[in-house]
Amino acid sequence: MTRWYWAGGFALAFLSFISIFVGVIDLSFGDLWRDPEALRLIGISRFPRTIAAVIAGGTLAVAGCVMQMLVRNRFVEPMTAGTGQGAALGILVVTILTPQASIFLKMSLASVTALVTSLGFLAIVRRLPPTQPLLVPLIGLVYGGLIGAAVVFVAYQADLLQFISVWLNGEFSGVLRGRYELLWLAAAGAALTYFAADQFAIVGMGQAVTTSLGLNYKQVVLVGLIAISLISALTVVTVGIIPFVGLVVPNIISRLFGDNLRRTLPLVAMMGASLTLGSDIAGRLIRFPFEVPVGTVLGVVGAAIFLWLLYRTPRYA
Amino acid sequence: MISIRNLSHQIGGAPILTDISLDLPRGKISALIGPNGAGKSTLLSLIARLEKLQGGSVIVGNLTVGSCSNRELAKHLSILPQMPDQVPRLCVRDLVSFGRYPYHQGRPTADDEAAVEHALAVFGLTGLAKRSVDELSGGQRQRAQIAMTFAQDTEYMLLDEPLNNLDIAGARSLMALLRDLADNHGKTIVIVLHDINYASRYADWLVAMHDGQIAVEGAPAQTVTSDLLRDVFQTDADIQHIDGLPIVMV
Repeated sequence: MTRWYWAGGFALAFLSFISIFVGVIDLSFGDLWRDPEALRLIGISRFPRTIAAVIAGGTLAVAGCVMQMLVRNRFVEPMTAGTGQGAALGILVVTILTPQASIFLKMSLASVTALVTSLGFLAIVRRLPPTQPLLVPLIGLVYGGLIGAAVVFVAYQADLLQFISVWLNGEFSGVLRGRYELLWLAAAGAALTYFAADQFAIVGMGQAVTTSLGLNYKQVVLVGLIAISLISALTVVTVGIIPFVGLVVPNIISRLFGDNLRRTLPLVAMMGASLTLGSDIAGRLIRFPFEVPVGTVLGVVGAAIFLWLLYRTPRYA
Repeated sequence: MISIRNLSHQIGGAPILTDISLDLPRGKISALIGPNGAGKSTLLSLIARLEKLQGGSVIVGNLTVGSCSNRELAKHLSILPQMPDQVPRLCVRDLVSFGRYPYHQGRPTADDEAAVEHALAVFGLTGLAKRSVDELSGGQRQRAQIAMTFAQDTEYMLLDEPLNNLDIAGARSLMALLRDLADNHGKTIVIVLHDINYASRYADWLVAMHDGQIAVEGAPAQTVTSDLLRDVFQTDADIQHIDGLPIVMV
């Protein structure tokens, strides 16, 4: 297991290094010594962008993993099951009511609406027959789609369509120093979930086992949902909705290493960060010097992996 | 002792249990039997606070279910729920280790690890300890679940149909183990069984349920009769006595 931690850490460090040197402005390793502008470029743009991708990817993968435990279904993730859309709705409402609202206020309300929509999703899932596990992600997509449609409709009425596309389609090209730092809060939130890793793993075994082991089921679920909502809201506020990381990464890690979250959550975070950063780098290179948003790259890559998972693991849900 | 008083329970308006009062003896094996839908699993879930009490009271030892702390109860009472359809992707050792959670809250001590190794050894799982539970056969999986309940090391153990998926060797050795736990370690065991012969052979006390009520209770030698089979199970089967124990000729 330790080997895999090292491998994950190394892959992430390697991608971060690449990310620093890939972009429209030509920058080579040697420039760091010769050109003072090079350091400014890194400090203002490349480093924040790299860190933003790492944190967003890592925390979303952790959030997806926790959500899959809470819902007991491997095909859900916050960004496609209403949590991300709920966050966007919150930002939109703040923007319309008080256009001058601080980013902190936007983030706070987005967290609250994200939590409300997540609770709504959980309430719907409870009523679904447990024998039909594939209904859960389907309902999630419809539910997320409905809230997303409401966001677009309200934005259309308020003439804010261009504005919301920033939140609905995640991308990192707008990340600059001073505009991504809230993500560190998400990183702290994801780190805190690690303390409850055992409890989430137990909740993943169901309400009966959880209660029998002396845990308060509802309390653990609520704590998990709050963490998921916070991470989603912070990500949507700073970089927008990034789909599929929270879905495919926990599935791959679970398939390879099982569900003992105390051991696997660090791997989930590292792989989520690597996948997102890798996709962002690819998005910068595919149509150089133009950019493909990371959400689009991940949509293609993630959909392919998701289909593969669906066909490979009919036994699990 | 587990004391149940005036317990009633409804699900969606349909009565599942009606005014049940029952004492389950301490340090003994009590078997709940009855046809499908008689309310056995619901009764077990209510004792183990897996469902909320609607009416009546349950006292386990000196703890009142519903008002004592959940974690405290988890150190005195464990339940093996009916096998969930969804199997966790955990290795056997990790699954069994979770049985110690009420004690260590995430920081296992050497004692906890010893208890886990003991549980693995008792259920013949030491060789399978590193295998993932979802790769095991139904019987091995069932043993792993029971080992987790065993590792919880509580005075009261509730088991909902633990013989499911077990072959005759597995079933007999599990029942012999439960016998040993009751006789030599003072455990109080309540077990839902479908096979009356296992109940007759291994249990001290037998509670037959029918339509959410207690039909008969008592020692197996007195309770397993053709009347019981006809009235409770609606079937006519012969009963023979071997070594003083009633055996249903299935």
